[in-house]
Amino acid sequence: MPFLIFTLAFLVIPTFYLASGSFQNLAVAPNDPAHGAFTLQNYSALSQPNLADSYFASIEISLVTAVVGGIFGFLLAYAVIMGGLPRFLRSALMTYSGVASNFAGVPLAFAFTFTVGASGILTPLLLAGGVHLNIYSKTALELAYLYFQFPLMVLIIAPAIDGLRKDWREASENMGASAFQYWRFVAFPILLPSLLGTVILLFGNAFGAQATAFALTGGSINIVTIQITRQIRGDALNDPGIGYALAMGMVAIMAVTIGAYALLQRRAERWQR
Amino acid sequence: MSYLTLTGIQKQFGTTYAVHEFNLSAEKGEFVSFLGPSGCGKTTTLRMIAGFEQPTAGTISIGGTDITHRPPNRRNVGMVFQSYALFPNMTVADNIGFGLRVRKRPKDAIHKRVDELLGLINLPDKGGRYPYQLSGGQQQRVALARALAIEPDVLLLDEPLSALDAKIRVALRKEIRSIQRQFGITTVYVTHDQEEALSLSDRVVVMSEGRIEQIGPPPDIYNFPATPFVASFVGTLNLLAAQVIDGATARLNLEGQEIRGSKPGAATGDRVTVAIRPETVEVGEAGGSNRLTGTIEDVSFLGSIVRTRVRIGNEASLSFDQFNDPGLAAGVVGDSIALSFPPEATLVLAGEANAGDALEQAIAES
Ligand SMILES: Nc1ncnc2c1ncn2[C@@H]1O[C@H](COP(=O)(O)OP(=O)(O)O)[C@@H](O)[C@H]1O
Ligand SMILES: [Mg+2]
Repeated sequence: MPFLIFTLAFLVIPTFYLASGSFQNLAVAPNDPAHGAFTLQNYSALSQPNLADSYFASIEISLVTAVVGGIFGFLLAYAVIMGGLPRFLRSALMTYSGVASNFAGVPLAFAFTFTVGASGILTPLLLAGGVHLNIYSKTALELAYLYFQFPLMVLIIAPAIDGLRKDWREASENMGASAFQYWRFVAFPILLPSLLGTVILLFGNAFGAQATAFALTGGSINIVTIQITRQIRGDALNDPGIGYALAMGMVAIMAVTIGAYALLQRRAERWQR
Repeated sequence: MSYLTLTGIQKQFGTTYAVHEFNLSAEKGEFVSFLGPSGCGKTTTLRMIAGFEQPTAGTISIGGTDITHRPPNRRNVGMVFQSYALFPNMTVADNIGFGLRVRKRPKDAIHKRVDELLGLINLPDKGGRYPYQLSGGQQQRVALARALAIEPDVLLLDEPLSALDAKIRVALRKEIRSIQRQFGITTVYVTHDQEEALSLSDRVVVMSEGRIEQIGPPPDIYNFPATPFVASFVGTLNLLAAQVIDGATARLNLEGQEIRGSKPGAATGDRVTVAIRPETVEVGEAGGSNRLTGTIEDVSFLGSIVRTRVRIGNEASLSFDQFNDPGLAAGVVGDSIALSFPPEATLVLAGEANAGDALEQAIAES
């Protein structure tokens, strides 16, 4: 029952509100008789280059940060768990990851600017090395996102790596497999659903991020969450109806990623009993 | 000719010894069990044969080749794990064929061998299933087939049946033994279940606290335990403290009553442990020339037999079994009773200190 109320309050009602808004003409003034009339205009507007680009950019940023964060997060988690490092290092990493994966928004943007921005402390070093980082660029945003994507990967994949049983490795060695063959035929296939699932989760995490991008670029970067903000709250040339339609697109993408994650997670759990 | 040979094997974890001075020579095709309570070093010894642990001292050889320092993937030793350890991402057929696949055998040869083994373990149509779709007993059979697929020189099994229920356990252990005979494969079987060890093995190695207590064929282990520990761990022996009156004639004082031991040897005045099997004791004088009198303390009905416990003097108690035929007049608690048993069935074991503890431990284990 509480779950039902919760779902209603935080999922169903907002989505319904978004959905109904996305089919209304909200481009005209509230006193105009056409205001609120049914329309498909908002959805067809999504093909405008500016809006379509925001999707492409969001997808690209999410994909890059999910894959890069995923690979490095996995490698780090694997090294710490399997590398026979002392126990305290491991719990230190987990605690750090727990905190860092939530380090987003204004504080992250501030820290990022402070470190590699125009007058950041590491900027002279980067410049000396021939690296010129434009802090308003997509690359810079991707880099900033990695600060929470990477630890999130560590946090979520660690239990899956823990779930690799020692007997599997021993059984495989016992039957004559090399370390590589163990990886290739046993460990990697067993981890694959968890790996894919977690990368998909990272994708959704980056796709839905808004505060970091807004704080870092001052809203100048064209990604979906920023575009939604502009359309719904912007002062000129805005159209809340289009904002709602953009948000509905995002809801759809999120639903697909969460669904895929759940599916893969189920498969992983079935194996790791 | 010994095939599998462990010489002076020792394993230390930090400062504690898990295995101590372990010597074993197993013939080709022999079925040897390691029997002992948990923590006595059975698994550690088995893992040293498989190569998962390095002995701190000693050597291991198979067929005359020293393999002590060979990595596990080059030993050609098959292992069946207590937890089955099947690969969850592979079908039953792929699990069984894994060892051949990593040896890069041709596909159809693998296929043929897998089919043979599936037939052998009575799961001919389960090749396409995944491990999680099988019962525990079926999974363990697959694990056995998987270990056999590589035609190992030695087969190792670590308490393979302990996670299964009693009925399946008995059926599967017969199956394991018959497959082992069929292949003539040298086998080491680890268990803490004496019935399993005694019913399966050519020889049993009884272990306690990292040491071998006794090695021998099951009847020897059962009838002629070499130490109080073996006596208490194997079977349901009565262990009673006694003192040697005369070493040369094996006369003993047991709670003030005099009996004779099976053979002379103990020194006069020594405190010893006397081991008497419940099934050798009779009511009255029919059992033999050793007599003891006491008070009935407990009568328990165990199906086909009735077990009666009799208190002898202040400290000792002796249980004996009677077949439960309808004419049996079972004893009454509190009555006094006279018992007899033959001197030959009265084993005298050196030392008495821990006999009772070992028995309690053995009971707690089972
Ligand atoms: N990896 C290890 N590190 C430290 N001690 C161990 C390790 N493995 C086993 N031991 C110890 O060695 C002893 C024998 O263990 P084990 O061989 O597993 O016994 P069993 O199989 O007979 O139950 C136990 O006291 C156990 O605690
Ligand atoms: Mg064990």
